[in-house]
Amino acid sequence: MIRLDSLTKVFPGSASPAVTGLTMEVGEGELVALVGPSGCGKTTTLKMINRLIEPTSGVVEIAGRDASSVEPHVLRRSIGYVIQQVGLFPHRTIRENIATVPLLMGWDRRQVTTRIDELIELMGLDPDLLDRYPSELSGGQQQRVGVARALAADPPVLLMDEPFGAVDPIVRGRLQIEFRDLQRRLGKTVVFVTHDIDEAVMMATRVAILNSGGILEQYDTPEQILAEPATPFVARFLGEERGLKRLALRPVSHVELKRGPMVDVDSSPEEALRVMSDHGVQWVGLLDGGRLLGWAHGESVHGPLRELVAHPFLVVLQPSDSLRRALDAVVTGHAQVAVVVDDGVYLGMIDVEKIAREITG
Amino acid sequence: MILGQERPFIEWDWISRNIDEIGQATVEHFTHTALAVSIGLVLSFGLSLAALRWRQAYAPITWVTGVLYTIPSIALFTFLVPIFGLNSLLTSQIALVSYTLLILIRNIVAGVRGVPEQVTEASRGMGMTDRRIFLSIKLPLALPAIIAGVRVAAVTTIGLVTLTVLVGQGGYGLFILRGISRQFLTEALVGTSLSVMMAVVVDTSLAGLERLVTPWNRSASGT
Repeated sequence: MIRLDSLTKVFPGSASPAVTGLTMEVGEGELVALVGPSGCGKTTTLKMINRLIEPTSGVVEIAGRDASSVEPHVLRRSIGYVIQQVGLFPHRTIRENIATVPLLMGWDRRQVTTRIDELIELMGLDPDLLDRYPSELSGGQQQRVGVARALAADPPVLLMDEPFGAVDPIVRGRLQIEFRDLQRRLGKTVVFVTHDIDEAVMMATRVAILNSGGILEQYDTPEQILAEPATPFVARFLGEERGLKRLALRPVSHVELKRGPMVDVDSSPEEALRVMSDHGVQWVGLLDGGRLLGWAHGESVHGPLRELVAHPFLVVLQPSDSLRRALDAVVTGHAQVAVVVDDGVYLGMIDVEKIAREITG
Repeated sequence: MILGQERPFIEWDWISRNIDEIGQATVEHFTHTALAVSIGLVLSFGLSLAALRWRQAYAPITWVTGVLYTIPSIALFTFLVPIFGLNSLLTSQIALVSYTLLILIRNIVAGVRGVPEQVTEASRGMGMTDRRIFLSIKLPLALPAIIAGVRVAAVTTIGLVTLTVLVGQGGYGLFILRGISRQFLTEALVGTSLSVMMAVVVDTSLAGLERLVTPWNRSASGT
């Protein structure tokens, strides 16, 4: 969808290039993060795609067409653009802000109105906000409007420069997840710039790590980059907690869960004692036709299992939870194991040892 | 008037006897002000565009208009009379317009330059042409600064129009001049207080106009 070929930018009066011979491709429907320390040319690269900055040499191709063959303002109308400070027009209402590009492209009023209604629903915005001015909105709301405005004319490509950098961490986390899901659903091709490797790993289908002077150090899936950093620079940039970051990418459902010392409440007490000695533990988990009831002390197993007091497990996870969350829950809960339950149905259990093998393996 | 009688502090009947002349002077004072500020605004707009387009032009433009601004007004009239004549609207307008330029240009340029960088960047990134960015983004956002400049220019000009009586123009200046030369306090006071009142009314109206055309600022201040 987007192809950069030997893209180089030397700013006038600067001895060394800001971007040096950058070649990379972004496939249709991908969400690619450009990551790197400040001065790595990531923003310059982004702005060369919509020609806010003209390359010194090299080619930008969008959907097979050379970007330099199109008038810059025409090109930009077909590319959504979101910036960190949002840049909403303070003198225009939210409705007018969102309508900017459709009106530039000459849509008729009815079409624009219909589109605005779609967008506020898509972005989870309150329709009452439409006639307010940007200064009356919170930072998070402004950023949502910024994304809605960029999506207004339904461009196939979206460029985002630190889109969630200006909002507080809680709102940022929510916006990141929402936007990732939205992007997967709409199938837009997105290139976004961030200095936050965690954000890149969490959101992107592929991550491009840039070094000073816009040199591409590694371009791969987040999983692969964390597993095998291509260069010492990448390894340093990923930081200390590489293993934990990988765990954050994997859901609990991806690992093979152990069944653990579990018995059905209709089993005999002898069966329960046998399961406990097989596992070498002093407790037994109780299931009722696949549903998790809890656990009971070994010494209390005498009569029918149905009469036992079932204690709830301390750490209960869902299959979609990440392994990082599983590890955190087990460690902070002082638990030996975490049980994985999907809508009440017992799936299995996971312990610290199992998670540790995921980091090293 | 009966000889030997003490003159009262203000002769209210003078006002009612001369109400037609006062009305005419009000119209003249206002039109001369409005004309000078309008011409000044048009000229300043052109010069500001030049200063915004070519950065190097800003310093010489403000230098020249700055010099004009510092010339004492009576000196300027004296200087212009030999060239453009004594009883001349042109002479008075050249002087009046000269004094508005610096204030207006400074405010227009500062207003346009003060538009936040991210707003300009967003508009360019959306695919607006430079012309459209200027007309539909920068100019509206510069309005508060521009109107602030017009308010100062208008109030200054209302004050200066009282002096154009020296080059044979009408307005409240005639009352002040005659009142002083005849030592007739009432007439001088009428001229002075009416020009102060006009300044206050014009300034307040322009402030109201600003609120009207910049609704986004009103909502931002929580009203």
